[in-house]
Amino acid sequence: MIEAQGLTKRYGGTLAVDDLSFTVEPGRITGFLGPNGAGKTTTMRLILGLDRPTRGTVTVNGRQLRDLAWPMREVGALLDAKAVHGGRSAYHHLLCLAQTNDLPRRRVEEVLDLVGLREVARKRCGEFSLGMGQRLGIAAALLGDPSILMFDEPVNGLDPEGILWIRNLMKALAAEGKTVFVSSHLMSEMENTADHLIVIGRGRLIAECSVEEFIAANSQQSVRVRTPQPDMLSAAAAGAGATVRHDRSGVLTVLGMTAAQVGDLAFEHGIRLHELAPAQASLEEAFMELTASSVEFHAGLPRGAGQHEPAGVVGGMAPGAARTGEVA
Amino acid sequence: MAAATAHSALVGGEVSHDVPGRAGFRGTLRSEFTKIRSVRSTYWTLLALVVVCVGIGGLFAWGQAQRLASLRSGTTFGGRVLPHAQAVALLAQRIAYVRSAAVSISLFGLLIGQLVIVVLGALVITSEYSTGMIRTSLTTMPRRATLLAAKGTVFAAVALVTGLVTSFLAFFVGQAILATQHVSATLGTPGALRQVIGGGLFLAVCGMLSFGLGAMLRHTAGAIAAGIGLLFVLLILSNFLPSPPSGWFGQADIDKWIPFYAGAHIWQDQMTGVNPFSPWVGFGVFCAYAAAAIGGGLFLFLRRDA
Repeated sequence: MIEAQGLTKRYGGTLAVDDLSFTVEPGRITGFLGPNGAGKTTTMRLILGLDRPTRGTVTVNGRQLRDLAWPMREVGALLDAKAVHGGRSAYHHLLCLAQTNDLPRRRVEEVLDLVGLREVARKRCGEFSLGMGQRLGIAAALLGDPSILMFDEPVNGLDPEGILWIRNLMKALAAEGKTVFVSSHLMSEMENTADHLIVIGRGRLIAECSVEEFIAANSQQSVRVRTPQPDMLSAAAAGAGATVRHDRSGVLTVLGMTAAQVGDLAFEHGIRLHELAPAQASLEEAFMELTASSVEFHAGLPRGAGQHEPAGVVGGMAPGAARTGEVA
Repeated sequence: MAAATAHSALVGGEVSHDVPGRAGFRGTLRSEFTKIRSVRSTYWTLLALVVVCVGIGGLFAWGQAQRLASLRSGTTFGGRVLPHAQAVALLAQRIAYVRSAAVSISLFGLLIGQLVIVVLGALVITSEYSTGMIRTSLTTMPRRATLLAAKGTVFAAVALVTGLVTSFLAFFVGQAILATQHVSATLGTPGALRQVIGGGLFLAVCGMLSFGLGAMLRHTAGAIAAGIGLLFVLLILSNFLPSPPSGWFGQADIDKWIPFYAGAHIWQDQMTGVNPFSPWVGFGVFCAYAAAAIGGGLFLFLRRDA
């Protein structure tokens, strides 16, 4: 269990983490989400006592990390795969970590087997690929068989096989009753992995809920409609208080109505429909919507490079008018 | 699939969690010893230390022996033939000097060797920062004072053992060369044992001074530059600075506070132009400098974000 209370960290003039309070419960995977620069890594560094909070507290199993009798037997962390001395072999890297917590030598062999690095255990870890480095970092985290595991962007740079391996490992660890806290800036990754979400942006807590709740709360219900009379449907839907988005292929997305309501509306106005389907917003979309205002660096698009307009067009406007940005 | 997985298959075996006691100094000491012995830079630096100290000391002793040999055959070191009476007088003078300085001559390489141990002392701590290893180290041993103490203890032990081996080796090689001209010292010569052991101590403390600087500065190049500056550049500068106005205090009274002069008297007999502390007092002053650097390093290590 990880508990943060009013956690705040300021670096010079930058507020990296701003009054963050959350709880990471055991027995499930808690995804820690936010765009790059949102403060995820800083938060993890604060949990691990690498940085000192400006205000607030964070505890693991009720204590600060430095007060735990055997830190490695309670918390294991993969912060980044490069936090190793490249001149040391994987075996000696793990051995020197194990010795600090009086873990037996056989543990080193066991975790090397577990992550599949036995063959290269005597090689200098500076020669490892990114994927092997991640595996070594995970081996280090698992050394003490801790009840809390933290992974900062664990799938970065991994091939699909490696991603699947980590995902299954995290699920298995959570199923064992361990606390698994994993950060990512990729919503799609969390959608497949996490049970629970903590979402932050610009260092502030945006949401703390289950994945389903997150989608339900943060994405509007939408209906995909195809019709040869888009203008009529747009006008009708707008009249009924809904919002209609046009996309380039002539598909309309109606927000704020159920599929049944859209079908009834079309029937009343004598509009022909070719397709009518309720759509569930993905986590990715919900995430983008939620954090749009809290992204630290907005990448500028080249002018006139045919960018997609955010299609927030209210019903009644002709589809062509939605692309004014391009024309201008 | 997950729930059915046996624990051992999942995490690779059992680790007991209700172990009495807590992670502390002893385990961290073992860990730090593993760290220092498992990177090649340790061996290269220590080898360089031995080669530099023994090699330069041997070379210096060889030069002194050759000089005596030339005088014995009536010529200068350069080969110029001297009048007999002058050659005899010079020889006697030279023999007296080399005899009195036999130990210092064989240990002359420590002047450069101190710079090598500075490199290792800095690397022991700064490589943790340059590689990012410090984040992993502090996650597994978050009690920072324990970590730094264990690291410092292991390095001090390694530096002391290597320093003593180096110093004794340089002594024996140098004396073997001087013995060809019958001007060598033995460990029984008054002060000789103190000088040779002092040489090992001096090297170890040079390393610890640099270790402290490394903990403060966290950058390899910066720490090495600072170490060399304090030990070597200050020593050279002191020979170029103008003397203070007469009647104030002698320059020799300032110079004795320069780290090298304070620390090196324990292994050097003659210190020209310096009015040094006695060997052990000077060494105490030198240790105080190192302690100040380590204290500063610890202070910052405990307070700073890693």
